[in-house]
Amino acid sequence: MKGVSRWAGLGALAVFLAVLPQALPNNYYVDIAVLAGFNAIICVGLNLLIGYAGQISLGHAGFFGLGAYCSAVLVTHHGWPPVLALLAGAILVGLIAFAIARPILKLKGHYLAMATLGIGIIISIVINTEAGITGGPDGIAAGPFTLGGFTLQGERDWYWVVAGLLLLTIWLATNLVDSPVGRALRALHGSEVGAEVVGVDTTRYKVMVFVVSAVIASVAGSLFAHYVPQLTPTKADFFKSIELVTMVVFGGMASTFGALVGAAFLTTLPQFLTVFEDYEPIILGGIMMGTMIFMPRGLVPTIAAFIQRRRS
Amino acid sequence: MLSAFLQFLISGVTVGAIYALCGLGFSIIYNASHVINFAQGEFIMIGAMSAVSLVDAGVPMPLAIVLAILITMAVGVLLEKLAVEPAKRASVTTLIIITIGASIFLRGLAQEVWDKNFHKLEPFTGEVPINLLGAVLMPQTLWVLGVAVIVILLLAWFFNRTLEGKAMLATSFNPLAAQLMGINTKRVLMISFALSAALGAIGGIVITPITFTAYDNGIMLGLKGFSAAVLGGLGNGMGAVVGGLVVGIAESMAAGYLSSAYKDAVAFVIILAVLIFLPNGLFGRKGTERV
Repeated sequence: MKGVSRWAGLGALAVFLAVLPQALPNNYYVDIAVLAGFNAIICVGLNLLIGYAGQISLGHAGFFGLGAYCSAVLVTHHGWPPVLALLAGAILVGLIAFAIARPILKLKGHYLAMATLGIGIIISIVINTEAGITGGPDGIAAGPFTLGGFTLQGERDWYWVVAGLLLLTIWLATNLVDSPVGRALRALHGSEVGAEVVGVDTTRYKVMVFVVSAVIASVAGSLFAHYVPQLTPTKADFFKSIELVTMVVFGGMASTFGALVGAAFLTTLPQFLTVFEDYEPIILGGIMMGTMIFMPRGLVPTIAAFIQRRRS
Repeated sequence: MLSAFLQFLISGVTVGAIYALCGLGFSIIYNASHVINFAQGEFIMIGAMSAVSLVDAGVPMPLAIVLAILITMAVGVLLEKLAVEPAKRASVTTLIIITIGASIFLRGLAQEVWDKNFHKLEPFTGEVPINLLGAVLMPQTLWVLGVAVIVILLLAWFFNRTLEGKAMLATSFNPLAAQLMGINTKRVLMISFALSAALGAIGGIVITPITFTAYDNGIMLGLKGFSAAVLGGLGNGMGAVVGGLVVGIAESMAAGYLSSAYKDAVAFVIILAVLIFLPNGLFGRKGTERV
């Protein structure tokens, strides 16, 4: 039953993503859709950590930034092919995440928040400071993404790549959630000691999810570096991390489609509120507080529960 | 050589005193409610910015300082009433997100109420430097240290000698038992926010003549104050003070001897090392979890 609904959901999303470009009047909207897609990919990964494993990361933009800068630096300064640079970034981020995960994920709640926040801020400071390598606050241009003789050009090319990667990420995430690993994670979220008592190696699963979500962010970052004309350190800073967490909690923790909706909504909203640009922090902060106070499970699960209640 | 070292030490202790006050703010709220108030840094900013604009409006300095502290305390109480209390039963993750939301909200509000510029407050008693073994000591530095010491002593008196303070301590040990003994724990929560806001505002006001203030400098100060609190062991008052001084001095030494660009990273490197090797902080007791 669950397996069927999963495929149905993924299929519906694939159809939606295939039709969407026809409904978008010009490339400006396609651009927004691509940016939303990048955020959605990171959020689906981050949601595995926040929503399913119940661990918070306030430094995910750091992993995104590390992947992005790894690609940009290897391609521009060392002439690497973009695909190899992407893989190198993913491996580096994976190793870093693995190395720090074990000691850090033994920590709980506030301490974990502080540790991930610290890592994110350190990465961001290094990117800002090592101007000789990263271009500092001015940023760096990674150039177009090429594979073999093929070059990704224009928003519409990118749209298909990001849409495909998004579907792949969601497929991976839902598989993980419905596997024994997912069951272990949910047990861990409920009661960590309880899970340990029945034989779940909680630290191992937490480390695994942490590494997976960091690598997803890194891959998204690597592609993002090639998509934007100029990659700047603001994409790796504390506020980007907060923005990502907001997307996940607003859409709905422990709901893969919730993360998707959260990312799409919060990427699109500021584009239509450009008049209110100055009020963006107020709106963002207000959404974070309001969601947590009035619908702590997030938008999608709250609506789903509401519909279910109406039906019965 | 010695004079340079002394100079770094002075500036480290000065800024460390502010981290200590901020760390104490974190600890007080944590003890009363097990909430980590990520908006603590915004109290520093609001206190400083309010004082600056009151002084600019012609209010005499001492009155402006008192008013600025009261304004910040009002913001603290509002934050508790409107954002933290309604979500009382929420998980740690939820409360972290709420207070981060509050922090961003207040920062955005400050940007609208005031502006994006840097602001300065006049030093309280002139700018004639005092020579100390070749290092320069500004009179305002003495104000910062003096005020910090007095505030810390007052807090110690409050928690150990007054009924209100003892009620707060009792609540931190066991909220339910405290409630059963007739302590109004809701009031305790409110007082803890007011007190933390006052600590932040005082720190922000005394340091502004030295470091300037702007709508967005609350976050970094707050995060470093949190580092101080965690370093000393969350909830441990004396720990927060020592933690603040350690972070401040380490930061100032790193800026002086290594690289000023990496100054801001120092607090976070220390905190990562502490979290990995001493998860309960320097003075924290080992916690146990009940299932």
